Amino acid sequence: MSCSCSTHKRDPLVPQVAVIDAMRVDTPDVTTFRVKKPAGGQAFSFMPGQCAMLSVPPVGEAIFSITSSPTEKEYMEFSIKRCGAVTDHLHALEAGTEIGIRGPYGNAFPVETALKGQDLLFIAGGIGLAPLRSVINYVLANRDQYGKVDIVYGARSASDLVHRQDLFETWPAAPATQVHLTIDRAEENWAGHVGFVPQFVKELGFSLDKTVLVCGPPIMIKFVLQGLEEIGFRRDQVYTTLELKMKCGVGKCGRCNIGDKYVCKDGPVFRCDELEALPDEY
Amino acid sequence: MKKIAKDRLPELLQKMAEAGKVYAPVNKGGKTNFSVWQPGDAADLTTLRSAVPAKSVLFPQSETYLRFAQQGKKLSIETVGGEADEYVLFGVRACDAKSFALLDKVFLSEPVDQFYASRRELGTVVAVACREPEDACFCRAFDIAADAPAGADVCVWDTGDDLFWLVQTEKGERLTARLAGLLEDAGAADDAALPALQAQIRAQLDELPLAALVAEKKHQALKQLFDDEQWLACSESCLGCGTCTYVCPTCHCYDIQDYDTGTGTERSRCWDSCMFSDFTQMAHGNPRKTQKERFRQRFMHKLVYYPNNYNEIACVGCGRCLEACPVNMNIVKVMKKIGGEAR
Repeated sequence: MSCSCSTHKRDPLVPQVAVIDAMRVDTPDVTTFRVKKPAGGQAFSFMPGQCAMLSVPPVGEAIFSITSSPTEKEYMEFSIKRCGAVTDHLHALEAGTEIGIRGPYGNAFPVETALKGQDLLFIAGGIGLAPLRSVINYVLANRDQYGKVDIVYGARSASDLVHRQDLFETWPAAPATQVHLTIDRAEENWAGHVGFVPQFVKELGFSLDKTVLVCGPPIMIKFVLQGLEEIGFRRDQVYTTLELKMKCGVGKCGRCNIGDKYVCKDGPVFRCDELEALPDEY
Repeated sequence: MKKIAKDRLPELLQKMAEAGKVYAPVNKGGKTNFSVWQPGDAADLTTLRSAVPAKSVLFPQSETYLRFAQQGKKLSIETVGGEADEYVLFGVRACDAKSFALLDKVFLSEPVDQFYASRRELGTVVAVACREPEDACFCRAFDIAADAPAGADVCVWDTGDDLFWLVQTEKGERLTARLAGLLEDAGAADDAALPALQAQIRAQLDELPLAALVAEKKHQALKQLFDDEQWLACSESCLGCGTCTYVCPTCHCYDIQDYDTGTGTERSRCWDSCMFSDFTQMAHGNPRKTQKERFRQRFMHKLVYYPNNYNEIACVGCGRCLEACPVNMNIVKVMKKIGGEAR
């Protein structure tokens, strides 16, 4: 096999080297990785909602949403749940280790268009907070360009809440920003709400002029959508971000499609009325 | 038009091979496939369709494209995929030549797959018209001319005694110039013989069992086709072996895997199949749980999704899957069943 690197352009499957600058254990199975170029800075520019493919040879690659805001120029963050070969390996690494990174992949939440000036309602479950956190921090970094912010977030238990500092300190202190937390089952030392996210959203009873951004386990997304419709939200007010098995990230390897859309390039962000035209295969 | 006596084909291939690799259909162990031609190899122009489609030259079944070296916490990445030298792909049929155009739409759309692009750019494709189309052929349903292959740099017709050689592109012109000492100018009689030969091929195509097959984009909405109750009946016999995807000239799905060499890591991609359960298996579950969903995906992709995205059906009627499926299920049956009984 001959080397084509000198004669041809860089292939989209070829990662660049990045370094894990820091790792913060968020929950028993979620760690947030801070990644930067070896010389410092973001590996590439991106918008909130976009994803990156991380490489850890010899185990492989997997795609992750970027959880930091693009306004954070010094690094990119990934909140990664340990649930497979690549994520197990990532969790076992030490800060300072170099990995491969390529991207950005997919579309983004319409932070510069449809979301501008709107009151925003973020609804997340579990690790589903990861992609929404990028939007939240982008919005808070450009605070005057958006309306009120409500964040509804739930996890199985208090110890499964990710990004605790944001949830308990940073976001509640931000102007016109409210955080509503819930956990699935009651536990000691938890004075907050107990119950599932879809029901909690209905109980909170938000005004119907908000634009909603949802991410969480597929089952939660489905019930949240149902609940939002019941209280009067239209589907075109709601955005979600999806995840399916991906290999290439560029719409060619053929596995992340829902109907004729590839989640890696046509998504991962969909307005929920767009999803209606697609088969229920996700 | 140029020509050369058919028994001088080895000389022609030899001359081509002096300038770079030549891929040609060669029978090895009872199967004809495209492989790098070596002196002494007999190019097989009789077998209509190679077992593995000619796409394997542009999009290899397996290709190592990266090497990683790790030293402590340090990582270095080297690109090793793609093609660096000009080569000739000789003996492609009209259906396979058309498949290249369909693969182009996937691999050459942004962001361009550089490994595929390098092979596409550096290859000169010589197509051969089909003297004797076979029963499983249905290329004509897709307006593919087996008597006059499109999308190649040179077209060749096998008259029995001679190979007629007709340049189609500038690349074909350059290849022809290199073969100047071997190819001779065709005479007036040859020029007259070619249309007759083509008419004879078309007459054979008219007589094929699937000659009346009409392949048109389904008119129903995507979700209606997706929910067609015929999917269950069509898929019930499917074993999920994936053979149809491996012999398909338009299937482009691939997997990416790392291999620990002991001293480093090689990353390769290889053909994959939507017919396999682990194709979409994720940590939290699988959106295509049974073979019905996987079967539906394959054919919805060919007949609906790809046409929605690229305005053409992703099938070239080569007939390989008709012959290879162990349970005799195939795209023709699906085309007839889904979206209402068709012609």
